[in-house]
Amino acid sequence: MSPIETAETAPEPASKIELPAHMGGGGEIPTFDVTLRVRRYDPEFSEDSTWEDFTMTMYGTDRVLDALHKVKWEQDGSLSFRRSCAHGVCGSDAMRINGRNRLACKTLLKDLDTSKPITVEPIKGLPVEKDLIVDMEPFFQSYREIMPFLINRGHEPSKERLQSAEERERFDDTTKCILCAACTSSCPVFWTDGQYFGPAAIVNAHRFIFDSRDDAGDMRLEILNDKEGVWRCRTTFNCTEACPRGIQVTQAIAEVKQAILARQV
Amino acid sequence: MSSNVIASPRSNSAQSPKYKRNKGSHSSFEMVAWLFMRMSGVVLVVLIFGHLFVNLMLGGGIHQIDFGFVAGKWASPFWQWWDLAMLWLAMLHGTNGVRTIINDYADRNGTRMTLKGVLYAAAVVIVVLGTLVIFTFDPCPAGAVVDLPSFCPVP
Repeated sequence: MSPIETAETAPEPASKIELPAHMGGGGEIPTFDVTLRVRRYDPEFSEDSTWEDFTMTMYGTDRVLDALHKVKWEQDGSLSFRRSCAHGVCGSDAMRINGRNRLACKTLLKDLDTSKPITVEPIKGLPVEKDLIVDMEPFFQSYREIMPFLINRGHEPSKERLQSAEERERFDDTTKCILCAACTSSCPVFWTDGQYFGPAAIVNAHRFIFDSRDDAGDMRLEILNDKEGVWRCRTTFNCTEACPRGIQVTQAIAEVKQAILARQV
Repeated sequence: MSSNVIASPRSNSAQSPKYKRNKGSHSSFEMVAWLFMRMSGVVLVVLIFGHLFVNLMLGGGIHQIDFGFVAGKWASPFWQWWDLAMLWLAMLHGTNGVRTIINDYADRNGTRMTLKGVLYAAAVVIVVLGTLVIFTFDPCPAGAVVDLPSFCPVP
């Protein structure tokens, strides 16, 4: 009796089914050697940042974050990076991988060119604190300035605030933001002008400006009509390409521009 | 504090570690400039291609262009105003474009102010000079050695 027949005739918990080696299992996942080329910076030892290579054997199911973990846990414990949920929701581990902003926890190694070293750098435009960790404070300051919370002038309802499916759909795309800063730190305007609000702040303003339950759209539009507001956008689409949640960031910025124009003209 | 390689943004230089945003002036200048860029762009497409078509395609084509041709065109208020609109819109459009490029790339305040000063001075000189030329142009200068337009009195 083969193991498969056993499974069909007498079901058992999946973990107990013994499959022959040729039918799959953990051993079937391909392995390969990768080299991570990490931008290291430690102000306690040097003012200069340097590249450091780490070579290791990884599986086809591994992500860049797994490789970073392997380095930190097995090769060099001083390697510093942020990560929390490790599943693309918390937005902690945005970094510049092979020159593009991505989440390390959503980037599979097998999707990158493993024949060459994979470069891993901190996101640009924010001050580096150590290795891959940057100071997010300028980013969050812009975020706070656009008042990312519901402001409603009417009476407090006794039930939930009702909204039609169409009204909800209007700003659905921009609700997906996880504040990872991949967009803002991919923006060439933000690289040279840290005063620019940046795509993430505008996306989160968009989320409330176009929310039918919110009454402070005018205030947010006034804030973003600033010299460092939406008019600073050069529509290079770097932010849209960088967004790990697939938000149409540049389009959201354009919609805010149109809203400001429609209000003023 | 940050590395030499990955540059920190302007707001974050050692002088202002608290990420203070410069207070906005509550003017809509940037919005007007943005709108002007789009609208002048559309108008310029019409003006410039009209200009090229009339000068290079109609009549004798490229070979007709000489002093007399230009003088003949500028004898008509229609072409005077056409060229004036083209001059002003192109200069303001181009100046505003370079202004935004300077804002984007010039990092230090001094560099930015200097470059913009040179830019505005050059724009003013060209616009004023061009406007003067269009409206004070003499199509029949005395003692000319070039072909004058046909309406000039025969010397």
